[in-house]
Amino acid sequence: MDLKELISQKLKAQFPEVDFEITDYKDQTAITFDRKNIVGVCSFLKKDNDLQFMLCEDITAIDWASLPAGRHGRKNRFTVVYHIFSLKLNSRLRLKSDIDESDLSADKAGGNIDSVSSVWKTADWHERETYDMYGINFNNHPDLRRMYMPEEFEYHPLRKDFPLMGIPGSLPLPKK
Amino acid sequence: MEKIKTKEEVPAKILQALLNQETDITIDNALENEMILNMGPQHPATHGVLRLLLRLDGETVMACVPELGYLHRGYEKMAENMSYYEFIPHTDRLDYLSPLANNVAWVLAVEKLAGIEAPPRAQYIRMIISEMTRIASHLVAIGALAMDVGALTVFLWTLREREKILDIWDILCGARFTNSYTRIGGVANDAQPEALAKVKWFIEQYEENLEECEKLINTNRIFVERLDGVGIISAEDAVQIGFTGPNLRGSGVEFDLRRATPYMFYNEIDFRIPVYKEGDCLSRYFVRVDETRESIKIIRQILDKMPQGEVMANNPKRVLPKKTEIYSKMEELIHDFMIVNFGINPPVGEIYSAVENPKGELGFYLVSNGEGHPWKCKIRSPSMVNLQALPMLVKGHMVSDIVAIIGSLDPVMGEADK
Repeated sequence: MDLKELISQKLKAQFPEVDFEITDYKDQTAITFDRKNIVGVCSFLKKDNDLQFMLCEDITAIDWASLPAGRHGRKNRFTVVYHIFSLKLNSRLRLKSDIDESDLSADKAGGNIDSVSSVWKTADWHERETYDMYGINFNNHPDLRRMYMPEEFEYHPLRKDFPLMGIPGSLPLPKK
Repeated sequence: MEKIKTKEEVPAKILQALLNQETDITIDNALENEMILNMGPQHPATHGVLRLLLRLDGETVMACVPELGYLHRGYEKMAENMSYYEFIPHTDRLDYLSPLANNVAWVLAVEKLAGIEAPPRAQYIRMIISEMTRIASHLVAIGALAMDVGALTVFLWTLREREKILDIWDILCGARFTNSYTRIGGVANDAQPEALAKVKWFIEQYEENLEECEKLINTNRIFVERLDGVGIISAEDAVQIGFTGPNLRGSGVEFDLRRATPYMFYNEIDFRIPVYKEGDCLSRYFVRVDETRESIKIIRQILDKMPQGEVMANNPKRVLPKKTEIYSKMEELIHDFMIVNFGINPPVGEIYSAVENPKGELGFYLVSNGEGHPWKCKIRSPSMVNLQALPMLVKGHMVSDIVAIIGSLDPVMGEADK
């Protein structure tokens, strides 16, 4: 049985109420689902004996802003992308969860996305970087600070509305 | 002046003393106080612009917070605003100790996205340069680690070996570092017979010289005791923290992308994955030394197997034509103009492609919108992920051990900060 079928069977048995959209592109499997289930699905994929996705390789986000409407057929602005690897199956899996700009406010119930740093420790810095670059808040993150930019920087540089040349004056020089 | 008695009093008293412009302040039990020490970003032992904030009790590290970003140039943002060809020189500046391996990683990712297949000879040349780069990078890592713990000679000797590799690059592509040698669909030029002859000469004399370096340190009591049992990380923790490359194999996990997800022709090559179980600085050092030997073995097999033939794929809409043809043929001129000005326009889609770089897994996540430049380019850099283990590793060790631990993790800040 190939990876796609195995995972789709396992996930449907474990999470009957969740919609999983499983796609294949150039032999790479991607699973898209609602962000509310991210921690549950991740810890299941990690702990299941037949799968054992122990290694979290990468977490990032995509900003779909300013694309002509309908080109990707999506309403949400961001997609958070996880790449995980199973040392047992020697295969890689991509998890995707959509999140919209309006869901990013810190106080809104059900907004934001949960942190998976409780599942994989390595997610800590990846999520910090995603927060720094896209302004996506992760709930229950142990230390959500900026990764690269200074703490007083007000923008999120990898968002499509941040100009390539930067914003003059956004990085103040230290006082003499 | 009165003496300050307890710890709680210290800040207010010192403040008052300073306000009164007194210079003669004495504190009881100075060595029992915790101290915050700032290490870096300009520090020779942090291998670049890594900054560490340390909480020290005497000389023991209680806590460590790494601060990254001093070399952040925003390559991911720049990649979104330039064509796939234009980004090749920028990959040189990621892990600047192994530029050719980064070039290979980038073109493999783009070729996968655009559906281009490079001809076999180009793939074999790419494998040679990847392995030679691995040797060069590990030589610097070994030398710098030895220098960090006080053995300066080894650094000079390993850099002498690396110099020979850089001389080969000089013949091969005209540059010593920041080579930008690979192209989408192949490599810039065929490997010259002189370059291949020099590669052959290099692999013949390498092991003898490596043994000379090893003799200096492997039985050196100072070197071994500075590394043995220092900065231990277990196999489970190493996977949890996202270690890849030699650092992971130093913890006893046999994971190598060349074996796990073979790319190019690595599945036809016979090589061993060196694994050490201890997970300390010394085992990470041994993994690197053994890996250079395996790379020699791999290069020997590649030189035997390497076929003759083209080094650029025949795909006029996606692959740059030869310079001589641009000046003499109309079609080639048009294609060159289109590729340079509008890019290669891979179909809408997304791929993640990772290769085993000297530092670990270097991955590129590319999202194409069908345009000439990537919609999104994420660089999964091994150095950044490996550095994440630093607070865990240095806890409870001495300040001088931090230097050894950073040296054994072998981070390159150009890659960690992107």
